Amino acid sequence: MVVTPTSSPLSAATAQPGQAPLASSQGLELRRENGQREVFCGLTSIVWLHRRMPDAFFLVVGSRTCAHLVQSAAGVMIFAEPRFGTAILGERDLAGLADANDELDRLVADLLQRRPEIRTLFLVGSCPSEVIKLDLAKAAERLTHSHRGRVRVLNYSGSGIETTFTQGEDNALLALLPLMPASDEEQLLIVGTLADAVEDRFMALFGRMGVPLVRSLPPRRSTDLPPVGKGTRVLLAQPFLSGTARALVHRGASLVEAPYPFGVEGSRDWMAAAAAAFGIGAEPVAAVLDPLVERGRRALAPHRDKLAGKRLFLLPDSQMEIPLARFLSRECGMELVEVGVPYLDRQLMAADLALLPAGTRICEGQDVELQLERVRAERPDLVVCGLGLANPLEAEGFATKWSIELVFSPIHGCDQAGDLAELFARPLSRRALLSFA
Amino acid sequence: MELTLWTYEGPPHVGAMRIAASMEGVHYVLHAPQGDTYADLLFTMIERRNRRPPVTYTTFQARDLGGDTAELVKRSIAQAVERFQPEALLVGESCTAELIQDQPGALAAGMGFGDLPIVSLELPAYSKKENWGAAETFYQLVRSLLKNQLPEPGAAKPAPSRWRQEGRRPRVNLLGPSLLGFRCRDDVREVTRLLAELGIDVAVTAPLGSRPADLMRIPSADANVCLYPEVAASVCSWLERSFGMATVKTVPIGIAATEAFLAELAQVLDLDPGPGETGASETGAGKAGASKAGRAATNGAAGLGERASRLPWYSRSVDSTYLTGKRVFIFGDATHAVAAARIASKELGFEVVGLGSYSREQAREVRAAAKELGLEALITDDYLAVEQAMAEAAPELVLGTQMERHSAKRLGIPCAVISTPLHVQDVPARFSPQMGWEGANVIFDSWVHPLMMGLEEHLIGMFRHDFEFVDGHRSHLGDGAPAAAPQAAPAAAPADPAAAPATVQTGPGGAGSAATATLVAEPALATAQETVQDNGLAAAGPSPQGEPHWSADGEAELAKIPFFVRGKVRRNTETFARERGMARIDAETLYDAKAHYSR
Repeated sequence: MVVTPTSSPLSAATAQPGQAPLASSQGLELRRENGQREVFCGLTSIVWLHRRMPDAFFLVVGSRTCAHLVQSAAGVMIFAEPRFGTAILGERDLAGLADANDELDRLVADLLQRRPEIRTLFLVGSCPSEVIKLDLAKAAERLTHSHRGRVRVLNYSGSGIETTFTQGEDNALLALLPLMPASDEEQLLIVGTLADAVEDRFMALFGRMGVPLVRSLPPRRSTDLPPVGKGTRVLLAQPFLSGTARALVHRGASLVEAPYPFGVEGSRDWMAAAAAAFGIGAEPVAAVLDPLVERGRRALAPHRDKLAGKRLFLLPDSQMEIPLARFLSRECGMELVEVGVPYLDRQLMAADLALLPAGTRICEGQDVELQLERVRAERPDLVVCGLGLANPLEAEGFATKWSIELVFSPIHGCDQAGDLAELFARPLSRRALLSFA
Repeated sequence: MELTLWTYEGPPHVGAMRIAASMEGVHYVLHAPQGDTYADLLFTMIERRNRRPPVTYTTFQARDLGGDTAELVKRSIAQAVERFQPEALLVGESCTAELIQDQPGALAAGMGFGDLPIVSLELPAYSKKENWGAAETFYQLVRSLLKNQLPEPGAAKPAPSRWRQEGRRPRVNLLGPSLLGFRCRDDVREVTRLLAELGIDVAVTAPLGSRPADLMRIPSADANVCLYPEVAASVCSWLERSFGMATVKTVPIGIAATEAFLAELAQVLDLDPGPGETGASETGAGKAGASKAGRAATNGAAGLGERASRLPWYSRSVDSTYLTGKRVFIFGDATHAVAAARIASKELGFEVVGLGSYSREQAREVRAAAKELGLEALITDDYLAVEQAMAEAAPELVLGTQMERHSAKRLGIPCAVISTPLHVQDVPARFSPQMGWEGANVIFDSWVHPLMMGLEEHLIGMFRHDFEFVDGHRSHLGDGAPAAAPQAAPAAAPADPAAAPATVQTGPGGAGSAATATLVAEPALATAQETVQDNGLAAAGPSPQGEPHWSADGEAELAKIPFFVRGKVRRNTETFARERGMARIDAETLYDAKAHYSR
């Protein structure tokens, strides 16, 4: 990779400590920023993980802030006695770690007694638990031992000092990995939480193409972990699972390289790459996928009409920004002003990066004030951003799309391409619709 | 260590954000890790704010911890001051930063910002919560801005009636309204209007909508009105101690409270007590209005609310007779819960069957209010305990927070929200205060509308034997509830930690599950209200041996009773039978119980 300094028109104006244009590669303009980040921490992934594995409980060991964060991010929409909670550290726990461990043991015992259906308990580390060096790995070991036969206790960190938003899922899957049995059986392993219906659809399609065996991680039951070994081809459904992908490769699996399954093109290439990894010929693949592609494009067409030529600015949020930018630019005809990502994993993003138009500006990390200055200077037609920024930007006259909807909606696959495009077209349609004159 | 599933209050730094975001010209630099910016969405989404809260987060990461996080704090402060040019700067830490002890307040003080007032906030995140944080921040900010105006020790207190000598209208400060408080925006408008009618001016409203310079004018008023004690009690008490400023403490929610508020104002400001007397030094516009308030205070008070608000007449009108004795469960912050209990019991004729609050700081007031109603207050921040108490109390209406709205929905009970924590729908577009005369009107509507209207209830009772009448018919306002009934049963059980296993274990054989079994056997007869109340019983805990069971003719007689009172009759009859150690409830028992309770 050639690293050369860039001279973007903005870099001179905005050069400040903490941010600097990084380098260009593949004709992309890369910059890196460091400053205030308007991004959730990894604890937030619990919101979809607990729904994926209904027999698991996620116990954050943290502060009232952690509890309030998960609650605010989840919204009160799913209010019930949830399968996640926070063990809130008090002053006494801070005073002595021995007490904190005793307290945690007591609290876990109470919880397990009240929720006998729990099969896997995740102790989720937070900023305060990391800073006071509460050893949750040891606690998980100790608790697994004392509740042996009833529940497995695992741990991972979702702390904001170590993880952003979706990285929480990466860490949760990494915690499950040692429990996956070894097997060299030939299988396709789809990795990353998908909506159940979307996953069922992919399973059926892979079956029709002739893929021998398809499994997924995380599984729907926390105890039904798939095996892994030399016969495993890993197909990432989500672009934020760097650690998990590497660890699976370490266990003998091979990684299928493909763009992520957003949009017709991405979904087609993603499925075709998986089929190719099993030596399945072009013909059966085309027989299954061509009708889907044709139908997907038809569904996409009306939204493309609204989106084509519109200028798009993506603020960093979920790591889905690069594949979504690829979809919105190539299949919806949008012009990319800037693509912000919390962090850039070039290996995992390689296929999508290669499909971005030359000169696309990618910004890794965030200094939200500087980034908003660029938004104001560039006047994009649509800004994809988090909930903290959406209304303020709307008030400044920008159309926005809340990015959080993208992690909670079924958007993967050819069949969803039209719906995915509609999510971006809706703010524009709505603006066109409203009139108060 | 304490297990929390959903919380009523955020951490104390969110309280500080509420103060900063409520004001103009204040900026808050918060030493906090990535992720803590989530709190921005409380303001931009729930309050639909059109701008970001004025907060700069240092966003430190694990790799910074080995290095110099203090440098990061200083850089963030310098950038924030340069970019936002604040008139006052708040500096503080979130929970994690508290542990690494960079002392951002001290760092900021040493950065040479000249005259810029800097308030260093120490909000212990591991022992305090959001409302405390808001109150402490407001207090520290006011104290810091007024430090140069402190009167000499031993200086005479300013007389609250000095407006008279100074030949001007009396004026007060409205303290406490803030963003993410309950209906503060509209309460301020209503109270300001109420005061204007009496010839009283508002000097400063804070923190909502004020600037640091406004806070510096606080001592120019004759008294402080403590509108929201959760946020303003500490600052009012400091102003009383340090500046000798009187505090008007009555919170004007409800008719009687609004009248008491006006009376207290008149007394504190020494307004003209009656039409016959005119203050010697009175001049100008203050006179007429102040006289009016004075009259309100002394003789005309009882009639004032009648004329100014529709609540008293609406409550007396015949349609409202059906409100009599409606069982109401109340939970919220202390101020709103106590006010709701008084309005419900005295001004609407409800029966308060549960009263509680998550505000431990004001627990004493809530306990006193509960005691007056013959209840024991529930002081807890565990929403499951609240839901359990709600189920046990078997209310017909719940007045609570967003949390209780969800619990009530699950139990199939109508609910109105009266307090924070709130949801986007609790920040309505229309003017809908809780305080003052208009607040009373709003309260009448929003508490009564979730219930069935009186005439409607009467007609259903009258025509229920007609063939068109389908048992389970509900008011259009209660629609959806019957459909929700089947879910109510399984949902209520696991929500109750103590009862869930017990209910499962006693199962079909257990005497305590008789009510549930009946429901299963007669699904067509099960109405939402009945399910709720039966669940209330089922959830109340393991049933003792010898719990009475219903005979076939008892059940048949019960089925003849209008469904909307059937749950209450069932409950009363079972209590009656239990108290007498009866094993079996038949039709006669039912009528015995009816006679017993009608006395």
